[in-house]
Amino acid sequence: MTSSGTPGTPSTPPGRTVMSADDVRRAITRIGHEIVERNHGVDGVVLVGLQRGGVWIARQLAGSMAAIDGVGEVPVGTLDVSFYRDDVGIRPIVPGSVTDLPRSLDGAHVVLVDDVLFTGRTVRAALDALNDHGRPRTVQLAVIVDRGHRELPIRPDYVGKNLPTSRSEDVRVTAEGVRLA
Amino acid sequence: MKHLLDIGDLDAAAIVHLLDLTDHMVEINRRPMPKVPALRGKTVVNLFFEDSTRTRTSFDTAARRLSADVMNFAVSSSSVNKGESLRDTIETITAMGVDAFVVRHSSSGAPTLITRWTNASIVNAGDGWHQHPTQALLDCYTIRTALQRPTGFDGLRIAIVGDVKHSRVARSDVQAFTALGAHVTLVAPPTLLPPDTSGWPVDVSHDLDALLPDLDVVYLLRMQRERMRDALVPSLREYTARYGLTPERAARLAPHALVMHPGPMNRGVEMAVDPAELPGSVVLQQVTNGVAVRMAVLFELLGSGSDLPADTETGTRP
Repeated sequence: MTSSGTPGTPSTPPGRTVMSADDVRRAITRIGHEIVERNHGVDGVVLVGLQRGGVWIARQLAGSMAAIDGVGEVPVGTLDVSFYRDDVGIRPIVPGSVTDLPRSLDGAHVVLVDDVLFTGRTVRAALDALNDHGRPRTVQLAVIVDRGHRELPIRPDYVGKNLPTSRSEDVRVTAEGVRLA
Repeated sequence: MKHLLDIGDLDAAAIVHLLDLTDHMVEINRRPMPKVPALRGKTVVNLFFEDSTRTRTSFDTAARRLSADVMNFAVSSSSVNKGESLRDTIETITAMGVDAFVVRHSSSGAPTLITRWTNASIVNAGDGWHQHPTQALLDCYTIRTALQRPTGFDGLRIAIVGDVKHSRVARSDVQAFTALGAHVTLVAPPTLLPPDTSGWPVDVSHDLDALLPDLDVVYLLRMQRERMRDALVPSLREYTARYGLTPERAARLAPHALVMHPGPMNRGVEMAVDPAELPGSVVLQQVTNGVAVRMAVLFELLGSGSDLPADTETGTRP
């Protein structure tokens, strides 16, 4: 949740494009295949988009996985980590991004989905939040962009693109592409 | 937002923001383990100078579900009985390190006065006949979810029935309901209405029966028995006959209409029908939503960082 975006936002943000809309779409398709391969199918797999930037990606991921041969519907949920952050009181909370999980996570293979992996603090909070919804068998992490600068021992399992950035830069992921400003 | 003293301090957008935040809290409360670490390390003091079971318990539960530490300060067992002034009480507790006071007091304006003596946030949990802002918020939340009105109450017709004059709930609800766009009618005998309602954004009626079929919400106020002593109504039976929700009146309500009550209710007086048998009764939802709304208020005051500039949300956060 280090940057946010929704598909169809009719604005032309500043900066340069580092992934096109096609690149993002292909990355999502590839990650879908990798998830199916790693988990030997989709049995027990639950995609959980992190509010808010990861939600649309999780939905697209489910859509592209459903198109893979022999793979059924993959349940998709959303997770709001606002109340688990270590910087509560430093960031404003965005209402309207309520946690909504399709099933108990006991025994599930949870794939957390976010747009950008940065310091790792959102993912840390997400791991705490997941704890309160059951005990998954495994938790995996899928992101469109890994921009580095980790502050915690967290690494992604599925990456759209490794993108070297400076700390002060801003990464925006939408269905129209990825921009660096 | 630093304090919640008066629902009139909030505009429609601010009320809707708190109700949106309440959606998050409702989700937490539905979990098998309804607790999040959001206010870990914060201390909330319940300071109740007036009797209250449900409001104090509700705030207590709300603070604990957000992992705040809670101190309950009951006046009966405190130094107030030794003559300690309100100011000394506040300054003493503040010196222990406190982030918020939840205050109920029989004097209107006491919570506002307290803001001068402490840096902690103050939540008004009811002061005299003046205000009860969290009750107004939980009533709005209950209507919004039960009638599926997420953005406002435009066109809703709400009657607030009973002892409006002595009711802080009525004052707060009128402000909140009308801020969200509802049309509010106060229904009571003249002795139980404020002497002058010309400045209120409401209609006034003495005839509940004429209004019944058109209402979306009937809000019954508690008939306080001490009003009998003051001879403001001839008898409770007389009151029930004209203003109580009887089975006959309940049958004339629209099928979707809600029946609400802030509690504790007098069965057989204003609530002359078993609410459990009323399809439109949301009295227990009000209690349930009360916890979630108070979680939202405490989080907004102590944990949301809502006073910070919005650009902390960008990827440049260190």
